[in-house]
Amino acid sequence: MTQPRQLCTFYVDSLYWGIEVTRVQEVIRYQEMTRVPLAPPHVRGLINLRGQIVTAIEMRTRLGLSPRPDTVLPMNVVVRSDDGGISLLVDEIGDVVEVSEAAFEPAPATVQVSSRELLRGVYKLDKKLLLQLDADRLLEPSRGAAS
Amino acid sequence: MSIDDEVVKEFLVESHENLDQLDRDFVALEADPGARDKIAAIFRTIHTIKGTSGFLGLPRLQALTHAGESLLTLLRDGALALTPEITSALLAMVDVVRRILANVEANGGEGSEEIDGVVSQLSALQKRQTSKPGAGTITVLAPAQSPTAPPATATGTPPAIPPFPTVQPPPGTPASGAIPSLASVPTFAAGPIPSIPVAVSDPPAPLFVESPIAVPAPPLQGARAQHDPPASSSVAESSIRVDVGLLDRLMNLVGELVLARNQVLQFSAASKDPSVLGTSQRLDLITTELQEGVMKTRMQPIGNVWNKFPRLVRDLAVACSKKVSIQMEGAGTELDRTIIDAIKDPLTHLVRNSIDHGIEKPSDRLARGKSEIGTIIMRAFHEGGKVNIELSDDGQGIDRKHILARAVKRGIVSSERAARMSEREALNIIFLPGFSTAEKVSNVSGRGVGMDVVKTNIERIGGTVDVSTKLGQGTSIKIKIPLTLAIIPALIVSTGGERYAIPQVNLLELVRLEGEQARGGVERIQGAPVYRLRGNLLPLVYLNQVLGYANDAVNSEIVNIIVLQADDRQFGLVVDGVNDTEEIVVKPLGKELKAISAFAGATIMGDGRVALILDVLGVAQRSGVISETRERTLRETLTQDDAHNAGKEALLLFQVSDNGRMALPLSKVARLEEFPRAMLERAGKRDVVQYRGEILPLVVLREMLGCDDKPFDASVPLQVVVYSERGRSIGLVVDRILDIVEDDVSVKATGSREGILGAAVIQGKVTDMLDVHAVIQRFDPQWLPQHTAA
Repeated sequence: MTQPRQLCTFYVDSLYWGIEVTRVQEVIRYQEMTRVPLAPPHVRGLINLRGQIVTAIEMRTRLGLSPRPDTVLPMNVVVRSDDGGISLLVDEIGDVVEVSEAAFEPAPATVQVSSRELLRGVYKLDKKLLLQLDADRLLEPSRGAAS
Repeated sequence: MSIDDEVVKEFLVESHENLDQLDRDFVALEADPGARDKIAAIFRTIHTIKGTSGFLGLPRLQALTHAGESLLTLLRDGALALTPEITSALLAMVDVVRRILANVEANGGEGSEEIDGVVSQLSALQKRQTSKPGAGTITVLAPAQSPTAPPATATGTPPAIPPFPTVQPPPGTPASGAIPSLASVPTFAAGPIPSIPVAVSDPPAPLFVESPIAVPAPPLQGARAQHDPPASSSVAESSIRVDVGLLDRLMNLVGELVLARNQVLQFSAASKDPSVLGTSQRLDLITTELQEGVMKTRMQPIGNVWNKFPRLVRDLAVACSKKVSIQMEGAGTELDRTIIDAIKDPLTHLVRNSIDHGIEKPSDRLARGKSEIGTIIMRAFHEGGKVNIELSDDGQGIDRKHILARAVKRGIVSSERAARMSEREALNIIFLPGFSTAEKVSNVSGRGVGMDVVKTNIERIGGTVDVSTKLGQGTSIKIKIPLTLAIIPALIVSTGGERYAIPQVNLLELVRLEGEQARGGVERIQGAPVYRLRGNLLPLVYLNQVLGYANDAVNSEIVNIIVLQADDRQFGLVVDGVNDTEEIVVKPLGKELKAISAFAGATIMGDGRVALILDVLGVAQRSGVISETRERTLRETLTQDDAHNAGKEALLLFQVSDNGRMALPLSKVARLEEFPRAMLERAGKRDVVQYRGEILPLVVLREMLGCDDKPFDASVPLQVVVYSERGRSIGLVVDRILDIVEDDVSVKATGSREGILGAAVIQGKVTDMLDVHAVIQRFDPQWLPQHTAA
């Protein structure tokens, strides 16, 4: 694939992530949510998004990063899925960035395992590295979900 | 050739419908072989498929249907009589057509479905006829040994005639565009193929009509048949096909609208502006109507499921060499689509069971004085917001002894337990996993997976299954299911600061313990909390513990117990608060959360927040309430049944004076009421209250029984037990209602006072049994009719 891709970018614990723009339904501010007991730890709750019930995933937990300080309210990146969509709770929203495949490289082997699982690869931008989130992996129910 | 996907899709949908119709027609035809309109209808359907498949470039399908069509021609013209053999061959053809269509749907091509066998069988059946004088010359033979062969070669056609030009208009060409090229066809087809009727009037078919268009068909009945509107299969003009996914989306949106409406109503109630109020009321009405309308679009007649049964019954009956007819009543009864889907398999299984186990062999039936042909009757009707489906057969019924013997042999129950089982219980064994009565495993049934799955599936959609049987006379299975799954009534409870919805179908009753009762009411057996509900131990489950909330200080002053039914066990769910009942829109949970068995889904509450719906079965399993073996359950129901047989009775316990415990059979109590003292009026010398538009005389038991004359505390409302007989009611004023228990009513000591039948020990305490008739007799000799006063 040579045509440029567009990635919707966001920050999670100072890491710069991106997800294909076409997968993103919308980006919204913090919403109140309903706790789900017994759920895997990264499931923060359920959000009513105009009647659509969306599962909110705490990306910091999902990626095995340190928890977000309570003072920072996360933003929601709502990703489409065939059963209602999920919302990624992230620290901050970035721009939509156009990337070329030439700058792509698979994830180096040294990256932490919990992040690796969701890391499709790395785009080498001018000043920083953009980590591409593997949306398909993300939408699969994570292993170790409560039975 | 690129095929327009839309056209193919249309063809598939239409063909599937047609094929279902075919199955029914064939079975009907077998019952009444002379029904020419049926043959004509079948012919038309096959012809349509043949024509379209040629147009779409599906040669195998075309060859196959052509062979069938040729055979049908003979049938229709009466050159051949319908035999079971022919029906089977034609049905086999329908099955192959289905498989090819499935292939087309899945892969876009015909696949490599074997058709030669069926085709040659169909041809062979025709050939048998060709030798008959009179009919031979007009026979059309299917070529069809090779699937790619041109489909229509007539026997009499000179060999020089080239294969038919397959008239395939370039994609996008309007249908009519192809017709001029057909003008030349008659010259090819002038051979002796006259009996095939012209099917020009069949809508999608005839662009590519090989031979039929050729000759003006001489047999009149053929021509007539196609112009007559088919008697049963035309609803066409007034209905359109809508994608089910679209309806589902609409339904979801309407669910949202209902919620938004609820919110608007909440806001507008606070507003003083009359125009806001007016507008929101209109919104309310329109939304309600819209909701009903959309619900209706999703409703489908149960006949859609039943339609395939005649064919199934026929095939199974042939396979089991039995004779079975099926009758259906109420095929128009409508159900939500999701439920239709859910009951399809259970119903099929029940029909199979009926034929395999229920209906006897014809010789046995005759020996028992029954008609040779067994009958299965399916009924469906609405009752009390639910759909009832009954499936009954006039077969041999279910032999309980046989079931028990089988269950013991398979180790499902022990023999001593089996000996103690009630009839009903024995019957319920058929719903246990791993049970089968079939002596040997047939390909129809007997593998022991079945009735338990049927039961689970029906219960999953909130339904119930009930079996009744008469040995030698038949079995009847009753299924009750809700009309829809999308919107359900639910009880909203709260625990750990969140709200949860509990589907009303699982709810039995609510018990609230306060103060002393709350502190002492919950007892523990090795740490497991239980509550005595009318003398039976009810296992308790704390919702906050099940959900893994920190076990924060449980309010010991108030205990809310929600008595729930899971499978066939009851348990009490303890929650922090009980809010209200509400109609909720059920929404599925995302993939991440589907695996949590405690939740059935989620819903959006009136305030816009999400609440989880509890899966009662899942909660019970999680907390271990129903993890015990099924045997335990059986034993429990057994003891209950025994108890019932021993004449246990529900008793109302109440207090009359400071320490006078009394009991009254609950069956004699109409209602329990509380009246403020201010409602008390006097009529003559009596105390009365106005109650439900009547005057209810009050009998103060304390005075009547001469306990003491201490006046009632004026601030406390009157506790009244309303007793009714023959349309008249009387109120018995007591001090306090204590409890309702189930106990043996054998009276241990005879009465020493008037108005007391005797005394019995109930819940470990001596309790007087009230003689209601004696009390009333004394209060007002006129009240009771003379003959009952005794």
